[in-house]
Amino acid sequence: MDGLLPQLDVVRKDFPILERTLAGNRPLVYLDSANTSQKPQCVIDAMVDHLEHHNANVARAMHQLGAESSEAFEAARDTVAEFLGAPSRDEVIFTKNASEALNLLANTMAWAGDRQVGEGDEVLVTEMEHHSNIVPWQLLTQRTGATLRWFGLTDDGRLDLSDVDSLITERTKVVSLTWVSNMLGTVNDVAAIARRAHEVGAVVVVDAAQAAPQMPIDLASMPVEERPDALVFTGHKTVGPTGIGVLWGSRALLDALPPFLGGGEMIETVRMEGSTYAGIPHKFEAGTPPIVEAVGLGAALRYLTDLGMDAVAAHEHAITAYALEGLAGVPGVTVLGPQDAADRGGAIAFELAGVHPHDVAQVLDSRGVAVRAGHHCARPAHARFGVQSTTRMSSYLYTTPAEVDAFVEALEAARTYFGVAS
Amino acid sequence: MTAGGTGQDLDALYQEIILDHYKNPLHAGLREPYEAEVHHVNPTCGDEVTLRVHVSPGEDGDVVADVSYDAVGCSISQASTSVMSDLLIGKPVAEALTVHEEFLALMQGKGTVEPDEDVLEDGVAFAGVAKFPARIKCALLSWMAWKDAVSSASTTQSNGGDA
Repeated sequence: MDGLLPQLDVVRKDFPILERTLAGNRPLVYLDSANTSQKPQCVIDAMVDHLEHHNANVARAMHQLGAESSEAFEAARDTVAEFLGAPSRDEVIFTKNASEALNLLANTMAWAGDRQVGEGDEVLVTEMEHHSNIVPWQLLTQRTGATLRWFGLTDDGRLDLSDVDSLITERTKVVSLTWVSNMLGTVNDVAAIARRAHEVGAVVVVDAAQAAPQMPIDLASMPVEERPDALVFTGHKTVGPTGIGVLWGSRALLDALPPFLGGGEMIETVRMEGSTYAGIPHKFEAGTPPIVEAVGLGAALRYLTDLGMDAVAAHEHAITAYALEGLAGVPGVTVLGPQDAADRGGAIAFELAGVHPHDVAQVLDSRGVAVRAGHHCARPAHARFGVQSTTRMSSYLYTTPAEVDAFVEALEAARTYFGVAS
Repeated sequence: MTAGGTGQDLDALYQEIILDHYKNPLHAGLREPYEAEVHHVNPTCGDEVTLRVHVSPGEDGDVVADVSYDAVGCSISQASTSVMSDLLIGKPVAEALTVHEEFLALMQGKGTVEPDEDVLEDGVAFAGVAKFPARIKCALLSWMAWKDAVSSASTTQSNGGDA
């Protein structure tokens, strides 16, 4: 099969969990990577090494371990900046996850500042967003008297841009959209929407939680009018640990926003009467940060960079195309979203006629095939297609064609088990 | 017997009784009269049930005269709703609450609770569900809805029809 990662069997050996078996001595077929990815040994080792040999608080401890820990933490920031092609490493803010990064933006835009959203203003999202990129903006607009609007979807699961001129107007202050849908797999034309949004002076926020793991991102090479003003992703979907996410924001945006959480490290001078704040990135990093998680994320992004994000993207594309082909051969399967692998990410949500997604997932799990069932934190997108829930398979750089075969075979088993096989 | 020769006993989960109720649910549909209507959702998967309870006075206190529902969800949640309504309709409210407690104990027993068939009847088929932590909420969705509804039904006036 063209496009697969070279030496895939060797790559798989980097991920110890892929060696394990499940009940009944079944090998693990992990197809839930859009939920969370598995971790290579180098990430696990980097975190253990840090805890065993370099553990200390960062930026506060005046001793050798403190210096080592600070250096490791800031090196991780450098790695994130390189991974994103960020124009400046100071524009990289560590958060708990992508949700916190979006909440940071949506909260600070509610408060006094150059970018404050108020009554009469509009925030624009899309109907395919993860709840994390809907709810914070609902809270923002409800708190400020602004209005939330959204792009609808076409029947084939792409953004309906037919009413773009009525949606992006002088009233639009924020446009926040996902780069790659976690449910439909759709890859959105971020550059075109950013260009249009920037014409009206809106802040463009991109949820890259699904994009960062599977496609190369080079912010600096994007023309500035097409480059988002902020982009978020989470560590655990990019073969890194949980507990760490990233907010990249342009210096202009981050300088214009007020601080989010107050506390240690985000200050310049504190007096009882009032305080002055540190510059970015520390302005947005109150309290002791997730240090070992940042170290793990740094190792994870170096691992992805070593494999080559172009190669990872090609692998995802090949596996997704193969999975779509396999699904097309199972009677009763309806795939939501784009039906071919072009401009499509690796998450494939589908229905299996006559079998509820929970029950599909249960039968698959009994055969060692791990998928997700439910609304995948994208209930509005499900409602758009008149579907209560779906089963979702999501591959990653370690997924093999044989695993896709096992998945398709397990779907046939589910049909037989629930008596819908003809 | 296990499905596809697996180690996880699918058949322990999907008892024949459960699949029967799933395919042919009892007492489905929303009916009048009713004193309480509730809407419960399983937020992680989106399963939903709208459930009505009709309570009428009996010799020894209120009786569950009807449980009617409109539900979307998996086989476990659908079958559980069917079994529950069949089990509780006609029972005095006090006794129905005892059955509810028994079912709750079974579901929360991590597979260690021996179900009492005299009390739970077809509900014993859900004993296997307790060993699948991800599915317990499916089985409990409508039971929690019923408990919610019945607690307000006794203090609410009937909506339509004769009580």
